[in-house]
Amino acid sequence: MTNTIPVAPVIDIEPVSGARVELAGVVKYFGPHRALNSINLAIEPGEFIALLGPSGCGKTTALRALSGLEGIDDGEILIDGEDVASIPTNRRDMGMVFQSYSLFPHMTVLENVQFGLRMRRVPAAERKGRAVEALDMVGLAQFGSRYAHQLSGGQQQRVALARALVTRPRVLLLDEPLSALDAKVRVQLRDEIHRIQTELGITTVFVTHDQEEALAVADRVAVMRDGVIEQVGTPEELYSTPVSPFVADFVGLSNRVAGIAAAGKATVQGVELTILGAPVRDGEVTVYIRPEDIAFASEGIPATVVASSFLGSLRRTQVRLADDTLLSIQHEVDMRHEPGESVHLRLKGAPVSAVPR
Amino acid sequence: MAAVNRRLQRAHHPGPTAATRAIILVVVAIFFALPLVSMVEFTLRGGLEGGYTIDRWVTVFTGQLGPEFNQLWIAIGNSLVLAVVTVVIMLVLLVPTMILIKLSFPRLRPVMEFICLLPITIPAIVLVVGLAPIYRVVSSIFGSGVWTLAFAYGILVLPYAYRAIQANLDSIDVKTLSEAARSLGAGWGTVLFRVIVPNLRRGLLAASFISVAVVLGEFTIASLLNRINLQTALLVVNKADPYIAVIFALLALVFAFLLLVIIGRLGSARRKDNS
Repeated sequence: MTNTIPVAPVIDIEPVSGARVELAGVVKYFGPHRALNSINLAIEPGEFIALLGPSGCGKTTALRALSGLEGIDDGEILIDGEDVASIPTNRRDMGMVFQSYSLFPHMTVLENVQFGLRMRRVPAAERKGRAVEALDMVGLAQFGSRYAHQLSGGQQQRVALARALVTRPRVLLLDEPLSALDAKVRVQLRDEIHRIQTELGITTVFVTHDQEEALAVADRVAVMRDGVIEQVGTPEELYSTPVSPFVADFVGLSNRVAGIAAAGKATVQGVELTILGAPVRDGEVTVYIRPEDIAFASEGIPATVVASSFLGSLRRTQVRLADDTLLSIQHEVDMRHEPGESVHLRLKGAPVSAVPR
Repeated sequence: MAAVNRRLQRAHHPGPTAATRAIILVVVAIFFALPLVSMVEFTLRGGLEGGYTIDRWVTVFTGQLGPEFNQLWIAIGNSLVLAVVTVVIMLVLLVPTMILIKLSFPRLRPVMEFICLLPITIPAIVLVVGLAPIYRVVSSIFGSGVWTLAFAYGILVLPYAYRAIQANLDSIDVKTLSEAARSLGAGWGTVLFRVIVPNLRRGLLAASFISVAVVLGEFTIASLLNRINLQTALLVVNKADPYIAVIFALLALVFAFLLLVIIGRLGSARRKDNS
C-alpha cells in the first residue's frame, strides 16, 4: 500500500453545470449556543469557496446546514433560487466528502462509487461505466475490486471524491477532507481536488482550518469567527486588505506592534500607516504589520537579531526592538543576519489593520 | 525506582513457562471435562447387570424412544420456537434502538447499558415474581402459547446480546457512514439495511447465537410460569429414565458449545479483518 498519488488522467467525465448557492440569514442554535449567527453568503455557479476559521467558529456547521445534515433555526438556504432548508439531505442532490474516512467497509471501491447511482436507479450497465469513469478521474480505476481497508488514507479520500462526483451533483461539499492525511499527500490531493473542480466546473464549498490550504485552492475565502463571517474575498484581498485584526492575524503572519491612531492613520515607530477597514477611534492601538512589509535598512528603527529561519525560497528573521517588541521580517534568502547582530529596520508603508488597545 | 525494577523484572520474565501453562491448561480441562465425561459414562452404564452399552444412544438416534418421551420432542420444538422468536424480538427491538442511540442520542447510552445489564443482576426467581402478573395480561391478549415466553426471554438475553452488538457498533463509524449514505441519496431504510446492518453482521450473529444458547438452557422462568421447554421436560424425563435425560442434556450442551465455537470464530475473523 502506498501513500503516493499517481498522475491522474485527463478528465473525460461530463462537466456539470454548477448551481448558485445562497445562505441568507442562516441561524443555528445548539442549546443556548448560537453556532451560526445570521450567516449571509452567496456562491456563484462553478465557484470554489473555502470556509476558513478556527475550531468552533461554525464553518462545519454551516456546511452541514447546507447539506441538510443539520437543520437550521432561521434563514434560507437557496440552491438556484429554490429554498432547500426543509428538503432532507438525501434529496438535496449534493456530493459530500467527509473529514473521517467514510467508504462503506462491506463494499468494494466500485460498489462504493456506484452507491449514489444505485440510489438514483441508474441502470446497471450505465452505473458501472460511470463509476469506472469517476475512478479513472481520480486515478484509481485499477482499484475497483479492493475494499476500503486495503487502501491508504489518501486513496480512500480520492475514492470518496469519485463517489461524491459520480452522481453529477449540483454542489460539492468538502468537510476538511485532507486533515487526516500526511503533509505530502495532503498537498497532492489538494491540488488534484482543485484540478478536478476547475475541469468539472462544479460549485464547491470547502471547509478547512488551514489557511494555506484555503488560499491555495479557493476562488474566494470566507473567514469565520464565532458563528459570523468576518470577511469574504479572494485570497489576495484577504491577505492584502483584511477588514479586521482577526482576519489579518488568522490569514498569513502578522506582527503586533503598539501604535497611536489619529484620523484614520496609525503612527508606528514614527512612521504613519493607513488603517484598513472600519474606522478606529483615536488613541493607543495594536497595529498588525505583515513580515514582508518590514525591510532591513542602513538606518531607521534600531533592532537586535534574535533568530533566523531558512524557509526554502525565502528567509524569516526575528528581531527585538528597544521596547522589547518582537518582530518577524520576511526577506530574500541570500541575506543572512546572525543572532545578536545590530540592524536597522524600515516600514514599507503598506496599509495595516489596527485595533484599540 | 521500585516500579522500574518491577517492569525490568517483568521484561526478563515475560510470562509463565510452557510447563506452567500446560499444567494450568490440564487442570482447567479436567475441571470442565470431568462432569461431561461422568455424564457420558453414566449414559453408557449397563444397569444392574454391570458393564457398558451404547443401546440407549442407539435408541435415541434411531427414534425408538417410547411414547412416554413424546413430551420431550414437543419440548425441543417449543425451545426451538422460543429461540427463534426470542432472536427476532431481540433483533427488532434492540438493534434499531442501539443504532438510534448511537446516531442521535449518545447521552442515553449509559442508561441503555444499565437497563440492558439489569437482567444479569436480578435473580431469575425475582424476575418471575415480577413477570407473573404481567403474564396474566399477556395470556389474555396473546393466549397462553409457549412462544409468549419469548417476551421474558427477550429481557433475559439483553445483557449478552447488548454486549455483542455494542462491541461491533463501536468498531465502525456509524454516524459518518450513515451521513455519507444520506448525502448520496439513501433514505433511512436503505441506510439501516444496506449500510449499517451489513457492517454489524458479526455482532448480530454473535448476539443471535448467544441468545439461542441462553434460551436452550433456561429452566427457572419456564418452570415457574408453567410452560414446557427443553429444560423442564428434561426434569420430567429424568424421573422416568435418568439415562435418556442425561443424553439429551449432553446433546443440548454440545449444541450450545457449537454455537459458542461459531461465535469465537466470528470474533477471530473480525480481529483478522481489523488487522
